[in-house]
Amino acid sequence: MKRPLHVVLLGAVAALWLVPYLWMVLTSFKTLKEIVAAPTAPLPSGLTFDAYRAVFEAMPVWRYFLNTTVMALAIAGIQIAVALPAGYALAKLHFTGRKLAFALVVATLLIPAQVRFVPVFAMLAEVGLVNSMTALVLPFGVSAFGTFLIRQALLSVPDALIEAARMDGASEARIIYGLLAPLLRPTLAAFFMFSFVYHWNDYFWPLVMTTDDRVRTLPLGIALLREQGSGVRWHIVMAGNVVLSAPALAVFALTQRHLLRAVAGR
Amino acid sequence: MRPRSALEPYVLMAPTALLLAVFFFYPLGFAAHQSLYEWDLLTPPRYVGLDNYRELWASGELYRAFTTTFVFSVVVVAGSMLLGLGLALGLDRPGSFASFVRGAVFSAYVVSWVSVALLWLWLLDADAGAFTRLVRALGGPAIDWLGDPAYALYALAGVTIWKLAGYAMVLFIAGLQEIPKVLHEAAALDGANAIRRFTHVTWPLLRPTAAFVGTTSLIASFQVFDVVRVMTQGGPVQATTVFVYAIYEQVFLDLRVGRASSMVVVFFVLLLALTLLQLWVWQRKRGV
Repeated sequence: MKRPLHVVLLGAVAALWLVPYLWMVLTSFKTLKEIVAAPTAPLPSGLTFDAYRAVFEAMPVWRYFLNTTVMALAIAGIQIAVALPAGYALAKLHFTGRKLAFALVVATLLIPAQVRFVPVFAMLAEVGLVNSMTALVLPFGVSAFGTFLIRQALLSVPDALIEAARMDGASEARIIYGLLAPLLRPTLAAFFMFSFVYHWNDYFWPLVMTTDDRVRTLPLGIALLREQGSGVRWHIVMAGNVVLSAPALAVFALTQRHLLRAVAGR
Repeated sequence: MRPRSALEPYVLMAPTALLLAVFFFYPLGFAAHQSLYEWDLLTPPRYVGLDNYRELWASGELYRAFTTTFVFSVVVVAGSMLLGLGLALGLDRPGSFASFVRGAVFSAYVVSWVSVALLWLWLLDADAGAFTRLVRALGGPAIDWLGDPAYALYALAGVTIWKLAGYAMVLFIAGLQEIPKVLHEAAALDGANAIRRFTHVTWPLLRPTAAFVGTTSLIASFQVFDVVRVMTQGGPVQATTVFVYAIYEQVFLDLRVGRASSMVVVFFVLLLALTLLQLWVWQRKRGV
């Protein structure tokens, strides 16, 4: 084996992905004067947090952070709450139209946000709901992927378990949320993570549906940093970018092993 | 199992059905309907028949949006698959260093598109960007990656490949690990060198994975928007005006909802065609 060569090659690969992040962090500690004078000088002359202060002065970062988190939590929570009964009916109950219902759920994978936003925007504008949490959350209340995942997981739960609960006098709601939901914990946790991260990172829908600070989300706010004033102040944009990407990178570093296995084991 | 009452399944399906109807199926019909009108969101819509479609075709806008999106998607799919496969072959090994490098590559898939776009916007800056300066320092040409119509679309594709390569890599590694080691050992015993082992053992068994990665990334890259909005706003001179960005401009810059709706309808049909292609590819691979 040519081990040294291999290590160098792998090191170069890691650098190709890690150096950009490093550059982002380094830039965020520079001053505008330094960047103009020597844009590629690797190290900042001192450790100044001015750029971070500027980010927090330019926008209500904490409100955006809260908006984003509430929105992503609400979407993931509603998706699971709605998908559980539907998945239960699709997996366990015989009824006329079951195949059609399942087909219609899966068919919505064909109608992504990029197809829906024009008509949904026009509809919400007519009822005055643009720029509201409702506009950010409700259009994603049902997830075809989540419903499909929960249905598949429920297929492997034995009928006898549900029948026994019925004998004991449990209501269907109790069976779904009290008995089956805890059984599906791993599936629900994986889906929750997936949905939460996806919507927390989302730029497109909040961009289209919000018009001011009230329900604006963090990715949107950070992207706006670049559009303010004349001339881009890169140290401030990069400081904002650190604020935006650090939570995701930190969570990823902590859960890497688990996450990579989940993606690969689709 | 028998439901408790004849009504029960429908009650359980009701929230899903309601949300699907209001936010998926009705909007699709609404878009199809609006595409026959001229509407600026302010004054009442005016019926114009198929004029929106005719204009879209005659102005060359549809053709331009389609070719731009198509070129972008082909570069992204080919690039991220090749890179992902190469990384998978090099990184499918035990050890904490390889695991660290896998994590580094995949991290780009986890952070938001906005983060990645802003990061590369700075690195590719025409004057002060570290990447631009590095290329120049190594004796390369001084290129304004995002400001030159000849390069902008490819620069965006490159950034997208940087973000998506980790996704392809992880799926390819999973595919590689499903290949029984015995096959490699048998081929090696028969005197096959590394290249022959790849073309005769690895690749044929990896084809289903490649089909999955290829079709899913094709459909995803057809819906590209974020990098365009953050990095180039469709420019320079519309060099990066991809389909979704063109629709966005029609609604929010030109206030032409009818025309945008006609583009939405065409876009939906394109996605439908791509999905049918995907199903066909998967069916065929199962048939072999």
